[in-house]
Amino acid sequence: MPSGKITSVTEQTNQLQTAPSTGETKLANRANDYSQTVGNIRVDSPKMSMSNVDVFYGDKQAIFDVSLDIAKNEVIAMIGPSGCGKSTFLRCLNRMNDTIDICRVSGKILLEHEDIYDAKLDVVPLRARVGIVFQKPNPFPKSIYDNVAYGPRIHGLATSKVELDEIVETSLKRAGLWNEAKDRLDQPGTGLSGGQQQRLCIARTIAVSPEVILMDEPCSALDPIATARIEELIDELRSNYTIAIVTHSMQQAARVSNRTAYFHLGYLVEVGKTNDIFTNPNHKLTEDYITGRFG
Amino acid sequence: MSQTTIDIVNKNLAKRYAREKRFRLLGFGSVMIGFAALVFLLVTIVGDGWGAFKQSSVRLQLNFDQSVLSIEDVADEEQWQYGNYIGVIKAALRERFPEMTSRAQKKLIYRVVSPGADHQVRQLLKKNPEWLGSRQEVWLPADDDIDSFVKGHVDRSLPESDRRIKDTQIVLVDALQESGDLKLKFNTLLFTAGDSREPEQAGIRGALVGSFLTLLVTLSLSFPIGVAAALYLEEFAPKNRFTDVIEVNINNLAAVPSIVFGLLGLAVFLNVFGLPRSVPLLGGIVLTLMTLPTIIISSRAALKAVPPSIKEAALGLGASKMQVIFHHVLPLALPGMLTGAIIGMAQALGETAPLLMIGMVAFIVDVPGSLTDPATVLPVQIFLWSDSPERAFIERTSGAIMVLLTFLITMNAIAVLLRKRFERRW
Amino acid sequence: MNSDNSSGHISQRFDDELDAVKSQLTEMGGIVEKQVSDAIASLLDADALLAEKVVKKDKSINTLEVSIDEDCALILARRQPAARDLRLVLSIIKTTTDLERIGDEADKMATQAINLAEEGKAPHGYVEIRHIGQHVSKMLSQALDCFVRQDVELALRVAQEDKAVDLEYGTALRAMMTYMIEDPRSITRVMSIMWSLRALERIGDHARNIAEHVIYLVKGDDVRHLGLKKMAEKVHET
Repeated sequence: MPSGKITSVTEQTNQLQTAPSTGETKLANRANDYSQTVGNIRVDSPKMSMSNVDVFYGDKQAIFDVSLDIAKNEVIAMIGPSGCGKSTFLRCLNRMNDTIDICRVSGKILLEHEDIYDAKLDVVPLRARVGIVFQKPNPFPKSIYDNVAYGPRIHGLATSKVELDEIVETSLKRAGLWNEAKDRLDQPGTGLSGGQQQRLCIARTIAVSPEVILMDEPCSALDPIATARIEELIDELRSNYTIAIVTHSMQQAARVSNRTAYFHLGYLVEVGKTNDIFTNPNHKLTEDYITGRFG
Repeated sequence: MSQTTIDIVNKNLAKRYAREKRFRLLGFGSVMIGFAALVFLLVTIVGDGWGAFKQSSVRLQLNFDQSVLSIEDVADEEQWQYGNYIGVIKAALRERFPEMTSRAQKKLIYRVVSPGADHQVRQLLKKNPEWLGSRQEVWLPADDDIDSFVKGHVDRSLPESDRRIKDTQIVLVDALQESGDLKLKFNTLLFTAGDSREPEQAGIRGALVGSFLTLLVTLSLSFPIGVAAALYLEEFAPKNRFTDVIEVNINNLAAVPSIVFGLLGLAVFLNVFGLPRSVPLLGGIVLTLMTLPTIIISSRAALKAVPPSIKEAALGLGASKMQVIFHHVLPLALPGMLTGAIIGMAQALGETAPLLMIGMVAFIVDVPGSLTDPATVLPVQIFLWSDSPERAFIERTSGAIMVLLTFLITMNAIAVLLRKRFERRW
Repeated sequence: MNSDNSSGHISQRFDDELDAVKSQLTEMGGIVEKQVSDAIASLLDADALLAEKVVKKDKSINTLEVSIDEDCALILARRQPAARDLRLVLSIIKTTTDLERIGDEADKMATQAINLAEEGKAPHGYVEIRHIGQHVSKMLSQALDCFVRQDVELALRVAQEDKAVDLEYGTALRAMMTYMIEDPRSITRVMSIMWSLRALERIGDHARNIAEHVIYLVKGDDVRHLGLKKMAEKVHET
């Protein structure tokens, strides 16, 4: 007669609840220790490279010793529970945190080889090289044309109206808005739908030919169809730009990014290829977050 | 047995509705009382002031006799200035009433026309120099006693000693009215003449121009300074105790009684800097001080209303701070600032106390020609006229109040229209 | 530390859904285990009645397979599970397939038992049946055990056992062929034994599959078709 330690269904189910499993130890030991980032933070010839970045709001520290590279033409997603610092970290990359008086950033952040927090660095051209798209679409209360043309105008990127028209057309085409907007370029940008407005904001950012585009939860104010179009757009943009996107939707991070970085309470817990993170993450916290055990 | 929830609700419903009804009635009642007071005010003012816009005028045949006038050449300033226009008028009156021969009677007929009518005649000759030596039909303003009588303000039944207008004069008036030589005409003098001792010669032109010049100074000083201060406080000033103190002080200044600013003007600008008193320039400066807090506060509110997302978007594109302010913040805040400025100007238009302190209470006859000519403003003019006992001045005071109210209502209406037109929904 | 990866989700319903599917799987495993042991007993004791019971019971296994797969599809659609949860659902789906196949093999054995009961016992082969039967039953039991306890060491041992079973099977086969050559009249009955032996060998393979699924579930590495040495390396990797 075959026998085993388990003979009844109830016994088996009880085992389910109580017995430890040997495979868990690798992850379990790290559950409370996330000061060391798991995974490869460095890449070859990165577009942006962050080392030992700390961010303080007054006395309160928001980011703890984060180091991370962003490779050229990759889409890197930053995920984590609310308040974990991912938006704060993103905004450091083009010094948008300068607008907040009590915010202090230390550490090195390199754009190619320049330290963007160097005292002598002018913020204005930095922000032309590293553009940003915000959570809530915020087109200027001007015409669609003027919205897209504003950046090139202030930076003097076009020497004639014809050139400016070209820039506007290219940007709107790249953002997937040209067909819907080409007959109403002089109408106010605020008259578009939410998804269209966000694409307009993306076109506006592209118009200054940035090298890196930062996106801070770009789809959280949009409906699913508009979201899907923007995700499609991100995929198309990858060939020309490097993109860093903060998202609170794990499925979105899984869909659009090449690499994913998981933040927790201001620490970078794990970073790695998106496919690996979502099928087999290395840190228990990462796994608990993406399987929905907290967050 | 227990009541279900809906039963309890229903039971309390009657009380709740009764309470709301009482409250609504109370509110309605207050509004009605306020409304009634307003209606009463308007009716009183309009009732009193309506007559100011009409002035009794007498038609006379004036003989511009050169010998009477003693003018050879009208072009000669001195001759024209000192011509005997009174003589011409008196001659015309004698001609009209040949039956009045005694000295006392002649005095009475001379008093039919305004004592200052010679001024009108002088101006007419200047305008029509070819009239010299000819006879012309001219309408001249009647004396204010006649005017009051014609408008029915005098009680005919009173004994003659209690009246300003004498029986003989009443006879003259009746005669003139019968022949159609005495009519109520639109009182253009009210708008073309400066102040005068004689009510029929008194006009608000001087006060209007004075108000205009004063407001001009106020606007051109307070708007740029106010907007710039608001911009600085809102966008550039570091957030520390010092700026907090400034903000508190500005808010408090808006509540300071306006006469204090008059005292400040008196002490600093008149005594220390020695500016001429009673001029629009000084009045404008004092009113600027008074209006600045209002403009700063409303401008700051307009600036605060600009959504920070627009600023962030512009900064994110690489705009410098100045570009963000001048390309985005200011244009969007401008309608709100303008509204605040207009309301501030409307307030300044109606200010009297501070201007009294700096001496704009003088009796100014000439219409001011520049910022440093002595002037008065409309509210002060009203104040001065309200002191005079003549019936005609009472009329004119209310008339001037009507003009002032019209301006105030118009300015506030423009402010409301502007606000409605440019209000943005984010 | 809670090792059970079905509990602790923010959504209690998600936990419940996973629990429901796991207990269905456990139930299925229990039934299949019993089917195998009954089929072996019916063969060894020439018990036609028991064999018929086994054949009839196979239906319930198929029903469970369909039910579990449906529930898993719903979990995938609604919850978009990631990492461990995803691997759990995938390995459950695969395990039900293996369990259903084991049930089929038991069914085949029971059919052979009915044949043998009619035609009379076979002259040889019952020793091999008992031996391999015990071996395979133990493997199956251990495979189900290591799924429940997520014990990768046990899973590795189960996978390694399959090699031994294969060798035993090879030996038994050669023995049966010798018997058939010696006594041609017994060919049909010995063939029945051979089919049964083959069924048992297959059951062993399926038990090994289940063990491989467990290693995938726990370690995240797909160790199918890798060979025992590589498998051991993956299991002992940290």
